[in-house]
Amino acid sequence: MLDSNKDSLKLEAMKRIVAMIARGKNASDLFPAVVKNVACKNIEVKKLVYVYLVRYAEEQQDLALLSISTFQRGLKDPNQLIRASALRVLSSIRVTIIVPIMMLAIKEAASDMSPYVRKTAAHAIPKLYSLDPEQKDQLIEVIEKLLADKTTLVAGSVVMAFEEVCPERIDLIHKNYRKLCNLLIDVEEWGQVVIINMLTRYARTQFLNPNINVNEDEDEEEKEKNAEAPAMAKRKPYVMDPDHRLLLRNTKPLLQSRNAAVVMAVAQLYFHLAPKAEVGVIAKALVRLLRSHSEVQYVVLQNVATMTIKRRGMFEPYLKSFYIRSTDPTQIKVLKLEVLTNLANETNISTILREFQTYIKSMDKDFVAATIQAIGRCATNIGEVRDTCLNGLVQLLSNRDVVAESVVVIKKLLQMQPEKHSDIIKHMAKLTDNIQVPMARASILWLIGEYCEHVPKIAPDVLRKMAKSFTNEEDIVKLQIINLAAKLYLTNSKQTKLLTQYVLNLAKYDQNYDIRDRARFIRQLIVPTEKSGALSKYAKKLFLALKPAPVLESPFKDRDHFQLGSLSHLLNAKAGGYQELPDWPEAAPDPSVRNVEVKDSVRAVGTVTFRDTGEEERKPERKSKQRKSDSESESDEEESESESSQSESEDSESEAEIKKKKKVLILRPYLNIKTTKHSCQFSFISFQAAESKPPTKPVKKENKKEKKEMSLLDLDDCEYFRLCTLSAVKVNIKVITFTSAYLCPVCSTEETKKPPILLQVQKFRCPFRKIIRIPEMSLSLFSTHTKKFFVSIQPPVGELMRPIFLTENEFKKEQGQLMGMNEITEKLTLDANPPVPPPDHPIHRFAGRTVTSSSLVLVTVATKEEGAAQLTVNCEKMLIGTMLVKDILLALTQ
Amino acid sequence: MIHSLFLVNASGDIFLEKHWKSVVSRSVCDYFFEAQERATEPENVPPVIPTPHHYLISVLRHRIYFVAVIQSEVPPLFVIEFLHRVVDTFQDYFGVCTEAAIKDNVVVVYELLEEMLDNGFPLATESNILKELIKPPTILRTMVNTITGSTNVGEQLPTGQLSVVPWRRTGVKYTNNEAYFDVVEEIDAIIDKSGSTITAEIQGVIDACVKLTGMPDLTLSFMNPRLLDDVSFHPCVRFKRWEAERILSFIPPDGNFRLLSYHVSSQNLVAIPVYVKHNITFREGSSQGRFDLTLGPKQTMGKAVESVLVSSQLPRGVLNANLNPSQGTYTFDPVTKMLSWDVGKINPQKLPSLKGTMSLQAGASKPDENPSINIQFKIQQMAISGLKVNRLDMYGEKYKPFKGIKYMTKAGKFQVRT
Repeated sequence: MLDSNKDSLKLEAMKRIVAMIARGKNASDLFPAVVKNVACKNIEVKKLVYVYLVRYAEEQQDLALLSISTFQRGLKDPNQLIRASALRVLSSIRVTIIVPIMMLAIKEAASDMSPYVRKTAAHAIPKLYSLDPEQKDQLIEVIEKLLADKTTLVAGSVVMAFEEVCPERIDLIHKNYRKLCNLLIDVEEWGQVVIINMLTRYARTQFLNPNINVNEDEDEEEKEKNAEAPAMAKRKPYVMDPDHRLLLRNTKPLLQSRNAAVVMAVAQLYFHLAPKAEVGVIAKALVRLLRSHSEVQYVVLQNVATMTIKRRGMFEPYLKSFYIRSTDPTQIKVLKLEVLTNLANETNISTILREFQTYIKSMDKDFVAATIQAIGRCATNIGEVRDTCLNGLVQLLSNRDVVAESVVVIKKLLQMQPEKHSDIIKHMAKLTDNIQVPMARASILWLIGEYCEHVPKIAPDVLRKMAKSFTNEEDIVKLQIINLAAKLYLTNSKQTKLLTQYVLNLAKYDQNYDIRDRARFIRQLIVPTEKSGALSKYAKKLFLALKPAPVLESPFKDRDHFQLGSLSHLLNAKAGGYQELPDWPEAAPDPSVRNVEVKDSVRAVGTVTFRDTGEEERKPERKSKQRKSDSESESDEEESESESSQSESEDSESEAEIKKKKKVLILRPYLNIKTTKHSCQFSFISFQAAESKPPTKPVKKENKKEKKEMSLLDLDDCEYFRLCTLSAVKVNIKVITFTSAYLCPVCSTEETKKPPILLQVQKFRCPFRKIIRIPEMSLSLFSTHTKKFFVSIQPPVGELMRPIFLTENEFKKEQGQLMGMNEITEKLTLDANPPVPPPDHPIHRFAGRTVTSSSLVLVTVATKEEGAAQLTVNCEKMLIGTMLVKDILLALTQ
Repeated sequence: MIHSLFLVNASGDIFLEKHWKSVVSRSVCDYFFEAQERATEPENVPPVIPTPHHYLISVLRHRIYFVAVIQSEVPPLFVIEFLHRVVDTFQDYFGVCTEAAIKDNVVVVYELLEEMLDNGFPLATESNILKELIKPPTILRTMVNTITGSTNVGEQLPTGQLSVVPWRRTGVKYTNNEAYFDVVEEIDAIIDKSGSTITAEIQGVIDACVKLTGMPDLTLSFMNPRLLDDVSFHPCVRFKRWEAERILSFIPPDGNFRLLSYHVSSQNLVAIPVYVKHNITFREGSSQGRFDLTLGPKQTMGKAVESVLVSSQLPRGVLNANLNPSQGTYTFDPVTKMLSWDVGKINPQKLPSLKGTMSLQAGASKPDENPSINIQFKIQQMAISGLKVNRLDMYGEKYKPFKGIKYMTKAGKFQVRT
């Protein structure tokens, strides 16, 4: 039928073949006949041929080559979907000979116009890699290229390829980190899972542990005793890296996803990365997943069980959601029980125990056994209820189904405080007649042996009974009988000597070598003979030594060293291809690696966070004061460098923009947060050698109690945001996060003793340069002394001016060229306390250039007697000039 | 990621296999069968089974095991969620997801699986996109296809995948434009022996059936959105808008979909609409037990409690039950010991009851456990949490759609311990 020229017949034939494949029957004989149809016009036939080809090409490599040319043709089709499907099938054929063709096709597709084709290319990467791992280097190049892609369609697939091919090349992520965070919410759900898992690992390597201070608080006392100085140095306030915050913020909405895998991925991300206080948000979402299919419940409960060990408080409000229904499958019941046990504490133990009591009556015996063990664990963990639990368990001894389990648990509990409970031991001794389960019998015997001094009358009797049935017992019981006999012989040899001899004789001829060995060993040890060595003296010590009580602990303890939500975690064993979750780094790696060229990012997403040299500056400061000046100049240099490069890159764009708007925007007045104690009214901005003093103006004074903080904010053109500090105080910018509407740098100030004229300039880029109406910005500065003050600033759109250095002659020359329309003069009266400090220089000149158009701006302030002054501004852009004059006037006269 | 998929029926036969990478021999399923044998109940098969070279992740739906073969580390929920999505898709396509239905449509199934995964990584799981690629089989289409020889593979290539709203296909047209929303709430509760509530929670969903032309943009607002404590959305819902204004704003997918599922905050007391009086006793020594059960409505705000179904797993020792229902019918399966009583509607004047005796195995001692009772019911025209939709508005299109909202309360996992 395949040779027929009717499509319907071909289709029918293909359908039958596919049905054969589906049933697992071998259809490889038909290969040549099928391959012929690869060029068939009918889409359905074509698709089915593809299915067949992908299934059998590996087995019939030579014949499969016949089809390749069809796909190669498909790769050049103008329709993107055909290109994609051709690439998909081509890459799915596992024939080693075509590796170069595949490589070429992938490379080509990776730079395709259509994101859909690029996505397919990303899918093809792991296929090729599994076929020929030697192509790795080339593939990494492609991955790198695709990682830079800005469409949501590609992001998920390429990260998946990254994870399969080169998960160790974390450096490829740096540049794309922020983009991935921002795109995350729009990526399709499967991609989200992969990206989140990858970002978790990434964040672990790049950011500091947010809980480090919390831990420090706990053992603070210890630290203070040990070494105060280093402790002090270490206890710097932790401030979260803005990128770390970005990740947490952008993943949070995904907790609301309908896809359980996404929710779980976010939950594990929060568990591994978030500060303790914030982890709580995931509890609600995880509890919601418990409503889902039982398989989902199973996995979620496994993870919850691990989490409850570490962070018990998180799930406590949801205790009741873990109550067990009789309709739950056993494995779910057992896991819920595990969670309940982990959640038990002094306050809720009574409720939990009451629940447990109902569970004991369940029909599901495995579950009842698990419940009894859970009770045992609760009893060991919470001292108050130990007696109650014990009594409850003793009552259960009458229940024939669960008695064995109870005995084992009671044994463990009794071991903790045997003195009080000799009556329970007696009770248990009586049970030996009824209990058949070997483990339980062994436990009872061990108990009696261990505490034979508490029950001197019964113990020999039990031994007598056991000796009688010795031959019929299980091995484990036999061993315990021997132990019991030995212990009794040592404590009460008069009554039990013969019995012991008898038991040992029986054991001597037992089939199990273990038992024979034990019997021989014990005989030598306890029965005094002429040859007996030194050991027998210590026999009593050997046998009746105090044994430490067992610790009942959760099987989920320590499982959290596996990444939660992973297969390895579920199995508690490393699965193939599992990537270890790295530990937090001691010091944060350089975050500037994540900086991206502005243009690109702006195009990619509406809001991008930028951060500049803040980090580099922080580090040197820590080291020593001597180095401060160095570091500053360094950072200044760096800044100016980056500034110039940035301004270059933007010049054309913003200029065009300004022209389009037909208005030149005003120069931004400076914001000065004044200090009260220092009563410095004016701030200077000096950049490198340039002696320039822009007008300053206290805009808002928020907090009068603020002690020694002074910073100067300079905002303009919405491209730069500056935070400058002067003299007395250094401001360290630790966290700066920008969204399109909010800007909140968090600063901490450190006081320096003698205020040298220090200046730090930190520059941030605001991403909203294309927004005409300026959103409200809020700036919050946090000082180390937890004094916070908030500044709200409404930055008008303006022009940035860069100070330049001019000699007086140059200045005058330039001024001469900017006369007439370009000169604006204004008279003003200065206060008695003149803003310009050295009064013996009557004329102050300031020079600057606008950043975008680099037009010259010259400011002259000529002071005269009695506070009179003349202000002259020369600028080729008149509007800027007028604005500037207005602003300076306002600033100076206030 | 996902290497292969095997479909195993209840009797342990592999009736379909699909491989996305190299072929994995079906003998890998032997490990699964082993685990299946070990488990007493079908749902007790562990979802994740490690084998020497692979990992098996399975899902049980409609008495079919969907066993995925994994070779390396992958989040298990990822696979489980995907398998459930596969089942949902099958159900969507064939109406039911049974062995027979899958066998009948094996080619469509194969085509679907091919589209859903590429090299083991999910590609297209939105049913809208899939339906564009592969048309679901209907009787009419099968007839036409056999006669004309046309195919049920979409002629045009999918565009949905490329669009900004991948869940909605373009160019939708209806003559009657309608949007229906069903608010369905389920009560999960455990009631203890004395009738007091141990836990009670309300979980709700809003299922929508939207048949609107073009690209409508809908907003749905509630009278009392604060009730909603924890919500999860269809990807179409704009999250920011919800955060800011508590309004659901979305471009709906075409056809049926689940818009929202929510959890009502636990601070609110849950009204339990029914109560149960029960007296189930076994006497020591005799081979008889008494069974007495009465149902009654409680806090139903005047609405009738309908389609009530009571079921209870009786202890293993019970041989037979001889009961007398005042209304409805009951059945007792002596093999599984499952008693179920189809009550129907509860009449508040004449409360339904089920009374009688149970005969126990002679000589066996009295069962020490008490069966718990599971109850199902429905109450129409009421959302038990009191949630109310305020209004539904449409933007972006000119016509006036027909809108409808329906409320319903159901019992979820409603269990009474005795």
